[in-house]
Amino acid sequence: MNAEQPLLKVSNLSRFYGGRIGCLDVSFDLWPGEVLAIVGESGSGKTTLLNCVSSRLQAQAGRVEYRMRDGRLRALSDMGEAERRFLMRTDWGFVHQNPADGLRMTVSAGANVGERLMAVGARNYGQIRDTAVDWLERVEINTDRVDDPPRAFSGGMRQRLQIARNLVTAPRLVFMDEPTGGLDVSVQARLLDLLRGLVSDLGLAVILVTHDLAVARLLSHRMMVMKDGRVIEAGLTDRVLDDPREPYTQLLVSSILQV
Amino acid sequence: MSAIEGIARTNYAYLDEQTKRMIRRAILKAIAIPGYQVPFASREMPMPYGWGTGGVQVTAAIIGPQDRLKVIDQGADDTTNAVSIRAFFEKVAQVTVTTHTREATIIQTRHRIPEAPLGEGQVLVYQVPIPEPLRFLEPRETETRMMHALEEYGLMHVKLYEDIARNGHIATTYAYPVQVAGRYVMDPSPIPKFDNPKMDRSPALQLFGAGREKRIYAVPPFTEVKSLDFEDHPFTIQHFDKPCALCGSTHSYLDEVVLDDRGGRMFVCSDTDFCEERREAGHVGELGVPA
Ligand SMILES: Nc1ncnc2c1ncn2[C@@H]1O[C@H](COP(=O)(O)OP(=O)(O)OP(=O)(O)O)[C@@H](O)[C@H]1O
Ligand SMILES: [Mg+2]
Repeated sequence: MNAEQPLLKVSNLSRFYGGRIGCLDVSFDLWPGEVLAIVGESGSGKTTLLNCVSSRLQAQAGRVEYRMRDGRLRALSDMGEAERRFLMRTDWGFVHQNPADGLRMTVSAGANVGERLMAVGARNYGQIRDTAVDWLERVEINTDRVDDPPRAFSGGMRQRLQIARNLVTAPRLVFMDEPTGGLDVSVQARLLDLLRGLVSDLGLAVILVTHDLAVARLLSHRMMVMKDGRVIEAGLTDRVLDDPREPYTQLLVSSILQV
Repeated sequence: MSAIEGIARTNYAYLDEQTKRMIRRAILKAIAIPGYQVPFASREMPMPYGWGTGGVQVTAAIIGPQDRLKVIDQGADDTTNAVSIRAFFEKVAQVTVTTHTREATIIQTRHRIPEAPLGEGQVLVYQVPIPEPLRFLEPRETETRMMHALEEYGLMHVKLYEDIARNGHIATTYAYPVQVAGRYVMDPSPIPKFDNPKMDRSPALQLFGAGREKRIYAVPPFTEVKSLDFEDHPFTIQHFDKPCALCGSTHSYLDEVVLDDRGGRMFVCSDTDFCEERREAGHVGELGVPA
């Protein structure tokens, strides 16, 4: 992978819901191994933008291009459905705020982790299970839980399982929408620690949606601040948080610091 | 059956010609795309869903007065369901009926494939309750259609994986999923997996009808039908410890029959025609009497 070239190029992306703006004219590049946080208040368009970039939602205008493993930059809109879905379950990952949206709650943890492997043709049960056990270990889930369904897991465990399920195919880009959202503080802290370790060990590029500036501070290199569907400020995370330029960002940062 | 008296005056094989043509078009399409579920406008039949209305409609669309029809339910010709479907076609299609697999041109079946090898020119019509093999893990119809279209079948192996994780082996014994002609994954209907190998490259035409779910699918003659499995948990069929108690067969699918309330039981061929034929040929099992 050429680190001098962006992994993802987003240009002038817009999405409307009827007359209402979801996100408007958003452009950015993402580099290999980079963690980009999207922050902003509720309703500012974070999820809409994330879903449009990850092609889970159709944008009405704009372009998303991705550098494939062969080094070529390809527009997502030029790919067929089959190729796009293949990309989404091999080279990409998507971590939902609610683990039930990203897991199969009725099948075992092992099958949840193994699904992507089976989808790309793995046909050896023993090897699939071994890989699943390996991943449970990496996300700090007791490996004797491999045959238990996530229904029997706590919220934090479910979220870690969802992460393992996504990472098993060694994706280069992972989308996360409020991954620590529904968890209480101590569980959140442990998950953030784990995520930080995995992201740097694996050199993952991440687009992370959060309304929690502390999470953005901890995990991201760069951040974009959204308001009313537009990106109003972008820059290195430390710079934006320590020296916000836009009055809205200043307000956002100061309101957090006062808490 | 007085209902049948009334029906007999309507149209040959009960269904009107337009409906039969619609079903035949669906069948032809199904044959052209082996294993693909073709939607069709399923009609009300004079029997409840769950009684094989899908199979009955398929049979009605292909049957002619020259046909010889056999109907089995779990391998037996003499169960209520099989008897009434047979009587229905005798009445509405004036066909000869038979219990002999080798004599039949059309065999409508629920839950079994006959033991006697089928030949060219024979048609096996399956009654199907749930045609969608992916339904177990993916309830959304739009999504399962997409998965078939894009040949995304990882989920089928998730099901088998889960089976092994829970039971130590693939515990699915009925409706065991298959891949047809290297392309579509198909539910063979609730036949025992013992019968799966019989589908592979069978000289007979195999048609599947699901009435409630309004789907028809097919396996044309001499088509590869492969049961899904893992390298380290390969597909195997059921084996029985004992031969058939009546005919002594060691290579047929056996049903357990309870003999008394003291735990006495025996295992006998589920295919009654096959068992009788063997006994007529002089084979005798442990509890059987020479024919
Ligand atoms: N399916 C939808 N139909 C109509 N309007 C929608 C839909 N989804 C989002 N919107 C609107 O688009 C705007 C952006 O919503 P979005 O969900 O992207 O915000 P968000 O920043 O993710 O908010 P939150 O922090 O609450 O998750 C809001 O005004 C929202 O009401
Ligand atoms: Mg959101």
